[in-house]
Amino acid sequence: MSTKTPSKLEKILSAGHLAVTSECGPPRGSDMDSITKKGELIKDYVDGVNITDNQTSVTRMCSLAACIKLKLMGIEATLQMVTRDRNRIALQSDILGAAAFDIYNILCLSGDHQSFGDCPTGQNVHDLDSMQLIQTARHMRDEGKFLGGDDIKKPPQMFVGAAANPFADPFEIRVPRLAKKIAAGAEFIQTQCIYNLDKFEEWMRRVCDRGLHEKVYILAGVTPFKSAGMAKFMKNRVPGMDVPDDVVKRLSDTPKEKQADEGIKICIETIQRLKEVEGVKGFHIMAIEWEEKVPGIVKETGLYPRPEV
Amino acid sequence: MIVGTQKPMEEIWEMIKSYKKVLVFGCNTCVAVCHQGGNKEAEIMASMLNMHAAQEGVEIEIQHSGIERQCEHEFFEPAEDTIAGVDAVLSTACGIGVQFMAEKYANTPLFPGLDTCFLGAVDEHGVFSEKCQACGKCVLGETGGICPVSRCAKRILNGPCGGSTNGKCELSKDLDCAWQLIIERLTALGRMDDYEKLAELKDWSFDRAGGPRKFIREDIQV
Repeated sequence: MSTKTPSKLEKILSAGHLAVTSECGPPRGSDMDSITKKGELIKDYVDGVNITDNQTSVTRMCSLAACIKLKLMGIEATLQMVTRDRNRIALQSDILGAAAFDIYNILCLSGDHQSFGDCPTGQNVHDLDSMQLIQTARHMRDEGKFLGGDDIKKPPQMFVGAAANPFADPFEIRVPRLAKKIAAGAEFIQTQCIYNLDKFEEWMRRVCDRGLHEKVYILAGVTPFKSAGMAKFMKNRVPGMDVPDDVVKRLSDTPKEKQADEGIKICIETIQRLKEVEGVKGFHIMAIEWEEKVPGIVKETGLYPRPEV
Repeated sequence: MIVGTQKPMEEIWEMIKSYKKVLVFGCNTCVAVCHQGGNKEAEIMASMLNMHAAQEGVEIEIQHSGIERQCEHEFFEPAEDTIAGVDAVLSTACGIGVQFMAEKYANTPLFPGLDTCFLGAVDEHGVFSEKCQACGKCVLGETGGICPVSRCAKRILNGPCGGSTNGKCELSKDLDCAWQLIIERLTALGRMDDYEKLAELKDWSFDRAGGPRKFIREDIQV
C-alpha cells in the first residue's frame, strides 16, 4: 500500500509490519523532564508515542508542546486532540502548529466530559465532534484548504487516526460506527483497552465481514493492570470499559505483591492471542504511568526489535 | 416551555432587603407549569419573604401580584398601578420576563426570583426535562426526532461517544444516552441505514455563536 504522508507509523503499517505504539500523559506542570524520561524509556520499542490531550478532563501541559519535545528528541509523536476544549479555529490552528514541527500523526477524539476533571464548572466546546475532526484533518491535508475554503500554504501532512470502542453500547452499532469513521477519513484506529477478548474478537469478525479491516489499520489497545484494585476501578468507574469478572478474579486471587507481575502477564497473553486475530495490524500499549514496563511487554511478545523503514 | 427553579431564599433576600416596598410578581404561563414562578408561587414566596423579614427584624412591605405573561406588553395593563407603587420588583418569570420588565420600567429595580434552566417538556407529573437548545437549525429530521444538541452532554452530531454504557450517558446512570435513543428510534422506523450518513459540520451561526437573535415579520408589524 502506498503512503500518503511522511509518517513513520504509516510507513510501518503499509509495509505490512505489526505496529507498536504507546502513549504518555503530559505533566501537571511546565517541567518537560517527565516527558523526556518517558520518551527515552520507550523510544526504541515503539513506532510512535501518543501524547494525551488533557485526559479525563484534568488540566495538564498541552499535547502539542509535549509532542514537539518528543519530535525534537527524534521520537515519532501522535498528537491527540479532543473536540471538548477547542473550536474549529483553534483545532485547525493547532494542526498547522503540529505540522510545522513535522508531527505527522493525529488521533481525533471527542474527550471525556469536563465534569470528570478538575474544572467541572467549565464550559465545553464541541463545535465539531470527533468524526468531523477526522474530516477536517483530511480536508486540510488532501484538499489543501481550510474549512473556510481558503488555500493553505504548505498543507499539514497528517496520518489521521481515530479511536474505536468495541465495548461501548449499543454493540450493534459498533461496526457501523467504525465504518462511519472510515468514511469520514480515518486511516488508523487505536481501540479502547481490551480485556474482554471474546467480545473484541466478535467485533473484529464483524469488521472483517464488512471488509473494513482492509480500509483502515486497526491497532488493538492494551493496558496492563497494576493491581486488582485498578481492575475493579476500571470495571466499575471508567465509562465504556469492559473488564470481565474472571480477569478481576485472577488478579484478586493473586497475592498483592505479585499482582503487578500478573497484570503484565495478562497483557502479554492478550497481545499474543490478538496477534492471531484477522485484521489486527498492531498494538497500542497504554501503560498508564508505568511506561517502564513497555519495553518488557514488547520484547516478551516478540515485537522487538522494531522494523526500520 | 421554559423551565425555571426558585432561587434560594438567602440569595433573594440579599437582593431585596434594602428596599422598603417590594412586589413579588408572578408569570402565569411557562414557569407556572413547573410550579415555580406562577402567580400562586409568587404569593407563597411573598409570604415566605414576609416571615423572613419578621425574623430578621427588617421593616419591609412585601406584596404579591402577577400577570399571564411577562414577555408581552399587552398583558401588563392591569398591573401598571401596582408596579408603579413599589420600590423594587422581584419577578418570578424566566429571564425573558425579567428583562422585558427591566426595559419596560426603566426606573424600577428588577430582580430575578428564579434561575431559568431550560426549554423542556413535562415528562410526567413533577418531572421536567430539557428537549431543545434553540440552536436555530433543527436536525430532528435526521435523528429520528430526538435532539443530540440538547440531549447529548457533548452535543455530538455523529454519536454515540465511547462513554455510552447500558444505554446511559457517562455523566450519570440516571441520564439516557441521546444516541442510544436515536438508534432505537431509527431501528424502530427501519431507518438504520441513515445512521451511517455523516452529519455535516454544524452551522452554529444560527445558535448563540451568531450573537443575539431576532426574528422579524414585517407583514404583521403595526
